[in-house]
Amino acid sequence: MAAVTTSTERTLNKLAIAGVLIVTLIFLAPIYWIASTAFKPRNLSTTIPPTVVFTPEVSPFVKLFTKRSQLRSPPTPEEYAAAPWWERMVFDGGEKVVRDGKGNVQWSGYPSRFMNSLIVATISTILAVGMGTLTAYGFSRFKVKGEGDLLFFILSTRMLPPVVVAIPMFLMYRTFGLNDTHIGLIILYTAFNLSFSVWLMKGFMDEIPKEYEEAALVDGYTRMQAFFKVVLPEAATGIAATAVFCFITAWNEYAFALIMTNRRAQTAPPFIPSQVGSGLPDWTVIAAGTLLFLLPVAIFTFLLRNHLLRGVTFGAIRK
Amino acid sequence: MTSIELRDVQKYFGSLQVIKDMNLKIEDGEFIVLLGQSGCGKTTTLRAIAGLETIDTGDILIDGKPVQDLKCSDRDIAMVFQSFSLYPHMTVFENIAFPLRATRMSKTDTDRRVREIAQVLRITDLLDKRPSALSGGDMQRVAIGRALVRRPKAMLMDEPIGALDAKLREEMRAEIKRLHLKQGSTTIYVTHDQIEAMSLADRIVIMHEGRLQQVGSPTEVYSRPANLFVAQFVGSPVMNVAPVEVESSGGSIHVGVGGASRFEFPATLLAQLDTADVRTNELALGVRPEGVLVSRDEKNGYFPVEAHLIEPLGSYDIVDLRVGDQILRARTRSGYIERAGARVYARIDPSQTHFFDTSSGDSLGIRL
Repeated sequence: MAAVTTSTERTLNKLAIAGVLIVTLIFLAPIYWIASTAFKPRNLSTTIPPTVVFTPEVSPFVKLFTKRSQLRSPPTPEEYAAAPWWERMVFDGGEKVVRDGKGNVQWSGYPSRFMNSLIVATISTILAVGMGTLTAYGFSRFKVKGEGDLLFFILSTRMLPPVVVAIPMFLMYRTFGLNDTHIGLIILYTAFNLSFSVWLMKGFMDEIPKEYEEAALVDGYTRMQAFFKVVLPEAATGIAATAVFCFITAWNEYAFALIMTNRRAQTAPPFIPSQVGSGLPDWTVIAAGTLLFLLPVAIFTFLLRNHLLRGVTFGAIRK
Repeated sequence: MTSIELRDVQKYFGSLQVIKDMNLKIEDGEFIVLLGQSGCGKTTTLRAIAGLETIDTGDILIDGKPVQDLKCSDRDIAMVFQSFSLYPHMTVFENIAFPLRATRMSKTDTDRRVREIAQVLRITDLLDKRPSALSGGDMQRVAIGRALVRRPKAMLMDEPIGALDAKLREEMRAEIKRLHLKQGSTTIYVTHDQIEAMSLADRIVIMHEGRLQQVGSPTEVYSRPANLFVAQFVGSPVMNVAPVEVESSGGSIHVGVGGASRFEFPATLLAQLDTADVRTNELALGVRPEGVLVSRDEKNGYFPVEAHLIEPLGSYDIVDLRVGDQILRARTRSGYIERAGARVYARIDPSQTHFFDTSSGDSLGIRL
């Protein structure tokens, strides 16, 4: 197409860009708020009007990772001088870092919750996408009796808000001893994501011409080899897009994590707000925890961004 | 040495029978073209030979061994698809090497074989490119390369040049012919384009509604069509077919077309018609446009007709002649008849005519 633009079109273009910028700012504002709070001294975190200019510090992160207790009396100058730089920050806040009998620093609950989130989200994503891809391939390539009904049934698992089944699920989990276990949460999130994964992957699989596999079959490969060598690389875009969505769902899930776990397998989402209730809420620590919690999804999405962009528009154009 | 044989092959899709009583023997090194309209079962037949479709009954034999229960990977047959089906995530080299990797051939041998075939197909400079960077013709060459590299027992081609534009199609047609002559592998080629079939085939297999209509060399199917379907499917422009009445009076035979004109035919026609035993109202005459002779001047044996329409096709013209209530298409030299509506004279060359029984559609096999 010839690139002829009139002045009206140019004005409209500028307006559109301005509109997009405004929307972007609105969306980025909460992220900025969390990020800035995570580096604020505690006393500046709740000022009205909000403090915008301040000297950033890392004390919220130190507090996030360590177990602390209130100081009854200020530390002696010797104690203060002997403490490492990060422990002094805790002293400055009127608290002290808890140590065990041997003097080892006690960690807070955050790192283990964060690891739980990583383990549960990663494994459930791999399972949901893996099983979803195989199921979708089956539905897409073979004659399955009652295909429409089965696909509808799979989709119907998403028709209720999940919380509706929270109580029965809780009772079932208690019976089977799955409460507060990693495997319990992994099963739960895999089941949540599976219907979504099957449907999304079915769309992608349908788009891959079956001649590719047929060519591979004639070229001397088995059906399974053809699937792994030809179909899977072709489906990479779809797998990446589906994986991102599944990971985000599992990573952000709050309600079931709150109900089904309390300590051993608790993930970060129910843990972070639980810090609000102990004493006066330290918003800077909550912000630091939230900011770190945002990173894995951001990194994961960033790494897969090329696939994702193709993925969400895939199937829009017939080749 | 590879021969392929189909014996009483039947194939159903649900209640629809797509291959009916298929019997065919393909000799070693032969170039066979399956020709027919879309939906006639030709592609299904090809896919059944490849092993991509199962057959319901019958046998498919490769070198005398039944293969209908073997997986396609065990049949040692290569196939070129209409869509080329080049793997988009692999380079041209990897695409061609793909079938060799299935056989776990060593890296150096693979490399050598791929380069050999690339040289034959003149695509050596494309080996590092991805399929998306190739033109239609080059994609086609790569697809053929991928099929040939394994030196398969037989090569199956499903409308391999159907997706190309007209000029490229012509080029690739010649190239496929050249390759076949050079490699000499048994080839089954599916197309709906009769020109492709005529120019490539050693033998053409014409199919219609799942049934084999005629098997023969291009000349045979063109000049001796077995039935009305073949007669009208092969040849462009299509053969004229018209119901006729045969009269004999005083030792001479006249064939009436369109209710008005009576063309003179040799007396032997009558005896042959008697042997054929066909009802008079079920008799049809077929004649190709080159069998309808046209003259601007009155001549003995020529009937006056009206040139209804003229289609100039460059090297020749196709003229629609109104013969009674029928239209006969004639082929004349370019510009011979100057304007539509002109009065001209026409005759049918008896040696180029065919007679059909319209109830069965079969040719009566009459030669004059």
